Amino acid sequence: MQKTECHALALRQAQDEVYWNFLRREERMATKQTRALARTMMAPAVVVLFIWMIVPLVMTLWFSFQNYSLINPMMTGFAGWANYVYVIGDPSFTQSLINTLLLVGGVLVITIVGGTFLALLLDQPIWGQGILRILVISPFFVMPPVAALIWKNGFMHPGYGMLGHLWKFFGLQPVDWFNQYPLFSVIVIVAWQWLPFATLILLTALQSLSEEQREAAEMDGANAVNRFRYIILPHMARAITIVILIQTIFLLGIFAEIRVTTGGGPGYASTNIAFLVFRTGILSNDIGAGSAGGVVAVIIANIVAIFLMRAVGKNLDA
Amino acid sequence: MKLTPLFVGAMTLALIGSASAQTLTIATVNNGDMIRMQGLSSAFTEETGIELNWVVLEENTLRQNVTTDIATNGGQYDIMTIGTYEAPIWAKQGWLKPLDGLAADAEYDVDDLLPAIRGGLSVDGKLYAAPFYGESSFIMYRTDLMEKAGLTMPEAPTWEFIGEAARAMTDRANDINGICLRGKAGWGENMAFLTAMSNSFGARWFDENWKPQFDSEQWKNTLDTYLSLMADAGPAGASSNGFNENLTLFQQGKCGMWIDATVAASFVTNPNDSTVADKVGFAQAPDNGLGKRGNWLWAWSLAIPASSQNAEAAEQFINWATSKDYLATVAEKEGWANVPPGTRTSLYENPDYQAAAPFAAMTLASINSADPNNPTVDPVPYVGVQFVAIPEFAGIGTNVGQLFSAALAGQMSAADALAQAQDATTRDMTRAGYIK
Amino acid sequence: MARRVSTSTKVGFTVLAWAVALLIFSPILWTVLTAFKTEAEAIAAQPTFFPQNFTLENFGAVQDRSDYFKHAINSIIVSFGSTILGLIIAIPAAWSMAFAPSKRTKDILMWMLSTKMMPAVGVLIPIYLIFRDLRLLDTVHGLTLIMTLINLPIIVWMLYTYFKEIPVDILEAARMDGAELWNEIVHVLVPMAVPGIASTLLLNVILAWNEAFWTITLTSGRAGTLTAFISSFSSPQGLFLAKLSAASLLAIAPILLLGWFSQKQLVRGLTFGAVK
Repeated sequence: MQKTECHALALRQAQDEVYWNFLRREERMATKQTRALARTMMAPAVVVLFIWMIVPLVMTLWFSFQNYSLINPMMTGFAGWANYVYVIGDPSFTQSLINTLLLVGGVLVITIVGGTFLALLLDQPIWGQGILRILVISPFFVMPPVAALIWKNGFMHPGYGMLGHLWKFFGLQPVDWFNQYPLFSVIVIVAWQWLPFATLILLTALQSLSEEQREAAEMDGANAVNRFRYIILPHMARAITIVILIQTIFLLGIFAEIRVTTGGGPGYASTNIAFLVFRTGILSNDIGAGSAGGVVAVIIANIVAIFLMRAVGKNLDA
Repeated sequence: MKLTPLFVGAMTLALIGSASAQTLTIATVNNGDMIRMQGLSSAFTEETGIELNWVVLEENTLRQNVTTDIATNGGQYDIMTIGTYEAPIWAKQGWLKPLDGLAADAEYDVDDLLPAIRGGLSVDGKLYAAPFYGESSFIMYRTDLMEKAGLTMPEAPTWEFIGEAARAMTDRANDINGICLRGKAGWGENMAFLTAMSNSFGARWFDENWKPQFDSEQWKNTLDTYLSLMADAGPAGASSNGFNENLTLFQQGKCGMWIDATVAASFVTNPNDSTVADKVGFAQAPDNGLGKRGNWLWAWSLAIPASSQNAEAAEQFINWATSKDYLATVAEKEGWANVPPGTRTSLYENPDYQAAAPFAAMTLASINSADPNNPTVDPVPYVGVQFVAIPEFAGIGTNVGQLFSAALAGQMSAADALAQAQDATTRDMTRAGYIK
Repeated sequence: MARRVSTSTKVGFTVLAWAVALLIFSPILWTVLTAFKTEAEAIAAQPTFFPQNFTLENFGAVQDRSDYFKHAINSIIVSFGSTILGLIIAIPAAWSMAFAPSKRTKDILMWMLSTKMMPAVGVLIPIYLIFRDLRLLDTVHGLTLIMTLINLPIIVWMLYTYFKEIPVDILEAARMDGAELWNEIVHVLVPMAVPGIASTLLLNVILAWNEAFWTITLTSGRAGTLTAFISSFSSPQGLFLAKLSAASLLAIAPILLLGWFSQKQLVRGLTFGAVK
């Protein structure tokens, strides 16, 4: 009974939104003249981005079919598919693919669950809300290499890191994070950096839930769990979608944190695709193979993006 | 939008700024001796009027930046800090300007450079990089802990003795580890140590036909000895420890022994930084009675890329930074023990230095005993003690380093690490065309 | 949620929220404290919370080695310059996407975002070669240019979602009054969009400030930003934790302050205007 009512309320709200948007955009369709103008105004951004995309991409594609080593001028000429075969045949390729997905997925889960929790918490009537918000968003202002260095040396170092001291205080053997749990450690660091982003978006979504809606739900006697499930969560769907989309784009290319902390190891335990490209292309100075790796990375990113758009893209149409 | 004029103004300023008087851009590593050089370099500017633009970076970032720049002829730098690995390879490709001016300068006295170091930086008798400091590796150990363990360190110990001593000195309750060794993956990190160590076990990277040798008994012995030693007597988290981390551990009194670069000797005996400064002894790197010791040879050196527009001024600076006078200046300001070691014969003949640096004789002996042309027991097709002087080695060495680091972290067995190293190296050497 | 709660509930939530917030903030707090310790104290086996011998020597040592202000000014020019340049290009584009949408608008938006998918390490050499030939290596304007391109998709996205929120009626009214298109933008659209533009600016300044691959690889002595500054203090020889903390604090301080003072704006900005 309550459930259906809550559900109906959310549904009606969603329908209203769609209807109003429809009115706004479609009924007042722009004239032909404005359309031409619109295209002109869009042109600089599109052209600039097109050049920015196509020039490096074409060069990378070209290099990926060449024998091209920075430090070995003897390696020249057309390579055929050899670079691709080499990169995909890398012993760590499968693992880096899995690691990439684990990294993206792990950080997404932590930031969205944690962000929702934090958003709900910060939305409560509490003392010092302003300061709390500042504390919670500050990790976002820390540049990735600094974040990695702080965590590596100040926090996770088994000898003199804060966590090591904490473990010792409780009489435990300090954990050697980057060797025992390398990928997990990287996920923790990256999640720490992105948690503020998720929290803020979700918090604002939460605060935009109108007072009437909440009160209506409360008067219906819906308990906290049902309110969350049938009112709050659907309301936040679009915000969550944006968190997922934007973060995924950034997380697929995570690199600085890995380089500073684990160097992709031990073994290949924390190597992701971006780091694999770095290792073959830059560390080994093998531009041909590195470029092939870059192309492979773009293809993987696109597959992930298409999958994501299928899964959550509908939330964007509002 | 109000910021736009400001922004344009700043850009103009930046453009004007870049076109001013003669300025050298110097890329260097953030090691203690280089930072000291940076600090003292204002004297050079006063003397010559040449401005210096320092780019001081962490080692891996520096390597990546200078390699990218020199290989693409980018021309960002006038002086690069490179090692004995890069110098001959780059020189052969015509990327470096020969330092003929130094060779011709009697006051500079190029013949005073240690022959082993000079040889490593020359191609066809021409010097392409001037050594800023040189190093081999040896054992640094705590005399007090050795005594407590009831042992005496010989001048030239065996691996067997090292194993015994390390286990005897270990006192984990008091956070004392018998031995600290490099474990952090990298061709210049754990592989420098392990390759040098493997030489004393008679192992080699490649046979005469460039076939990788990780499936050999010698490599198995090397890795097994290393892993069991670290398991019994090494510090926690050893697979993240490189030179710098181990230095910190040793200075904090947490290592009984440490086998690493000779250049560390002045750091561990410096009472300002080290809590154990007066309790450090030195010995040659261990062996197995096969005629080779596990010590390496390296020199951080200054070179001029062929793309530099300021080659003359650059050579002037290199002359200043690697001269006898520079050593004397450092000695005057910081004491003889802190001068950059391992480059000049005259330094080791200097009684002041001998008195101030108890490690001087041992350092010189170690440098002189490393032979890049015959690094190990069996013949090899390559040059280099702790590295293989081929362009592909940086990538291959780091790859293998990752695997051995994983073995040290307990993420894979020694046998797996060796098997995977063999496969990966074979794959890369085939790609590079060494294996037909 | 409910605004009428008992004091005890409020106390409970306050305590919980503070505990969590301090936990999240602790790595930064620890860095701040460590920056004022001596090197020996920073890695002592018996850790101290507050510096026992409060010292500023780390900051002195950092400044001696690396000119902080030069790097900071470069960071400011690059992050603000690239964002402003990006806004100039993106505002018209976002305007037309929001007010004259076509079937392809969404595709174009997704395509723009997809230009960020190529891993930077994969295109280093092409970009390096282009920069070399255009003489852009180690220049502030070169860095500004590349940062503009990197953040342009995000800027367009943010502005687009903001502009979509602006009621079309107002524009229609202006048009009826016979306002020219340009006037429409300058006098009607811009004032309404200023909060959105401001938060877009803020967020992208932060993103540009934090970028740490191109800023390190494409610069050497002159154009280095604070990320290059930090790289010089990452794992050097000897004790370094306190100096590293001091350098880290210096590197993040300006953006942290900017962020703190403008966090209300930022909250709006981060939502991409998507959530009303």
